[in-house]
Amino acid sequence: MKTWVKILCIALLVYTIVGGFLLEVPRLNIVNESIRALYFHVPMWFGMIALFTVSLVYSILYLNKPAFKRDAFAVEFVHAGIVLNILGLTTGMIWANYTWGSPWHGDPKQNGAAIALLIYLAYFVLRGSIENEDQKARLSAVYNIFAYAAMIPLLFIIPRMTSSMHPGNGGNPGFNSYDLDSRMRLVFYPAVIGWTLLGVWIAILRVRVRFISEKLLNLEHD
Amino acid sequence: MIATLFLKELTLELRKKSVISGLVLYLFSTVFICYLSFSLKQNQITPLVWSALFWVTILFSVINTVAKSFIGEKKGREIYYYSISSPTAILISKMLYNFLLITVLSLTGWLLFIIFLNNPLTDHALFAATLLLAALGFSTSLTLLSALAAKANHSNILMAVLSFPVVISVLLIAIKVTKNCIDGLDRSVSYPELFTLLAINCVVAAASYLLFPYIWRS
Repeated sequence: MKTWVKILCIALLVYTIVGGFLLEVPRLNIVNESIRALYFHVPMWFGMIALFTVSLVYSILYLNKPAFKRDAFAVEFVHAGIVLNILGLTTGMIWANYTWGSPWHGDPKQNGAAIALLIYLAYFVLRGSIENEDQKARLSAVYNIFAYAAMIPLLFIIPRMTSSMHPGNGGNPGFNSYDLDSRMRLVFYPAVIGWTLLGVWIAILRVRVRFISEKLLNLEHD
Repeated sequence: MIATLFLKELTLELRKKSVISGLVLYLFSTVFICYLSFSLKQNQITPLVWSALFWVTILFSVINTVAKSFIGEKKGREIYYYSISSPTAILISKMLYNFLLITVLSLTGWLLFIIFLNNPLTDHALFAATLLLAALGFSTSLTLLSALAAKANHSNILMAVLSFPVVISVLLIAIKVTKNCIDGLDRSVSYPELFTLLAINCVVAAASYLLFPYIWRS
């Protein structure tokens, strides 16, 4: 990653944390100050989808033309995506504990996110149970593409068909109508970019670690 | 080619009756365990409990059924098939065959449930349509995963781990429509769900069709 991207990422996150806690927010019943969770909870999901999509692209590229580099990118973006998924679930649960009354409410979107976590954990189980490196990379790329296709209806279609308490689902209005007024947008969009960049940064660091250990392994063989 | 392969699957299955009778016995024992665990308290099986028991039973039998489609193949025979036909023909024939098998199994399961655990459904035609669509969803998604799991160690555990998350979206919609069937809601209420189920099936089938050639190459 270029240095200016890293600086941008840190600046955006500092702004998110400072602005997210100090700037004015709309006064709404029940939600009150906890509306600030929007800056920390929602960007996790944007970031997760972005990272999983990058991983999907690298898996498709890998099947197109196998290369160690592409497989490394696919794996590590899933790793970072899983971290964001867990953080998103946790922040959601903390928020739900105070606003809905209990951490796990059986909301369709919450369940969908938990199942998405299971899908991608199974990806690592699959990788763990194949010994041949080429075969491991190819089969897990196939599963990654398949899992992504299975995850989309779970997160974006089924919650809209059932009664979900998330905005934009089950007849609830989306963010745009009243939740997210222009003051919140000022922090929300930078927060999305900042958290996504952080995820990409972590993933790229891990990819580089993977390259180095691969290089070391080759040196040992020589 | 697809028809030949499909007939071959069917003939092999009918010639070797042990597998299919094993599956039916598995289904029967599961239903019977459900019945025994609720014994004498039949009235406690509310419609929702019925639908939960039904789909859990079907899910487990189906995963066991489809798992054998690639995992059970002998190594040498597989190479022979691949040398005489295209991978997509093999995949489609297996999918069709699994679809047939799952449909037969779920209908049997339904019959067994009616016998042992009564029948809370009011709209039978709609439920049959749901069963068919769910069977299509199971066969399209699980056939590919079976081929995937067959290449790895500990195939049977892996099959369960990989398939549960993937078939859950099919299962959730099926359970929702089942509830509509039990409540006797108007059919037009369930049409959007059935269309979504069909759409998911198409997406998953297309993904399997595109991805399968990459699996068998190894």
